[in-house]
Amino acid sequence: MSLQALSADGHTVTYTDRRRWLWSLSLAWPLMPVAACWLAVSSGQPAWFWATLVVWYVAVPVLDHLLPMDASNPPQEVMEQLDAERYYRVLTYLTVPIHYFTLLYTAYVVGTQNLPWHALLGLALSVGVVNGLAINTGHELGHKNTKLERWLAKIVLAVVGYGHFFIEHNRGHHVDVATPQDPASAKMGQSIYGFACSEIPGAIRRAWASEKTRLARCGKGPWTLANEVLQPLLITLVLYAGLLYALGWVIVPFLFLQAFWGWFGILTSANYIEHYGLLRQKLENGRYERCQPHHSWNSNHVMSNVILFNLQRHSDHHAFPMRRYQSLCSFQKLPELPSGYPLMFGIALIPPLWFALMDPRVVAWADGDMTKLNVLPAMRDQLVRRYARDRAATA
Amino acid sequence: MSPATEAYRCPGCGYTYLTAQGAPHEGFAPGTPWSAIPENWACPDCAVREKPDFIAIPNSAQVVPGTP
Repeated sequence: MSLQALSADGHTVTYTDRRRWLWSLSLAWPLMPVAACWLAVSSGQPAWFWATLVVWYVAVPVLDHLLPMDASNPPQEVMEQLDAERYYRVLTYLTVPIHYFTLLYTAYVVGTQNLPWHALLGLALSVGVVNGLAINTGHELGHKNTKLERWLAKIVLAVVGYGHFFIEHNRGHHVDVATPQDPASAKMGQSIYGFACSEIPGAIRRAWASEKTRLARCGKGPWTLANEVLQPLLITLVLYAGLLYALGWVIVPFLFLQAFWGWFGILTSANYIEHYGLLRQKLENGRYERCQPHHSWNSNHVMSNVILFNLQRHSDHHAFPMRRYQSLCSFQKLPELPSGYPLMFGIALIPPLWFALMDPRVVAWADGDMTKLNVLPAMRDQLVRRYARDRAATA
Repeated sequence: MSPATEAYRCPGCGYTYLTAQGAPHEGFAPGTPWSAIPENWACPDCAVREKPDFIAIPNSAQVVPGTP
């Protein structure tokens, strides 16, 4: 399938999206833990319960580095047509019930199969990974302005109990991104664990405050069904209470672990790496400069971009938050991550390795000027001394 | 321009605030003048531009509210 449009000088521009059919894999990723359960039970080999984690943390990074990077962009002339193609958005809609099916099916396996602890752990973390992808789908849908997509965003976020993201991400993170005020933008010198301690409660606080302000303008208090933080939370409560009632207490550690890994292992990790150390400058009028392309880390690794609806083309996402995933563009001379998100998430879990890999990149990006970076105040003096010394040694 | 026909457009995504329509979901009833909108109010669609960034549109009688 190709798109055609006329260029300004009258030429016909033709564009074929080489990834068009690859995007349909979006329907398969959330089913990985289901397939793993089936393989584990039918083969009697509980190692299969860890298969999704091996795919995410090992196979995807390997493919990312084996396949050539894809920095290609659709031509400007066809952007509007490409954005409007229904096929792409229908895929995001269809993943929503699949995420529910996966949670219900895997919970049923946990509730009925008397799994050993290591199998339960592997399965719960696996469901956490794909439910992190549910947050990613909720992210894609939550940036749109149609009623259907906004509801689907809340519904898919509810599967992992992260419905407040619908408000927090747009009204909080996108407004304050890459400033010290944003709990969802990581500071240089901050480990992912320190970051999580402010990011996770900060997200809940900011979502609640934002809805409270909006509802007050509507003449309502926050405890109403019109509250868009409470709406998805109610879906989560009904879903999880139903699973508890149907399957018993055995389901509690599973539900807790999968939600924890969806929140921390995927979403917090994504927020941690997406703007690490980057800083918008304050203008004379007291406002921050607009979010520029160089305020986000990017990656053109193919496999992880296909799994993540092009989220790694992050600069363009912040420039045009409503742009649909198939049309997100890549730009040259932007902060580039050395790998796709899955491997970077793994590296972030080991702070010394993360600092060694990323801090020099952050400093190089600001050309050594630490005042242009978002640095953890407690670490500033130490990092300034260290990188001044490093630069002197290489000068 | 009378306050009832004021129109302001988000330069990022094209969302348009039309006084006559207001933005009820945002808590701005139809007829809420632009001057009553708080300065730190962010575009309800893209959220990356705030009130001071919005551009006044002349001849707002023909303007359609929302995002094109």
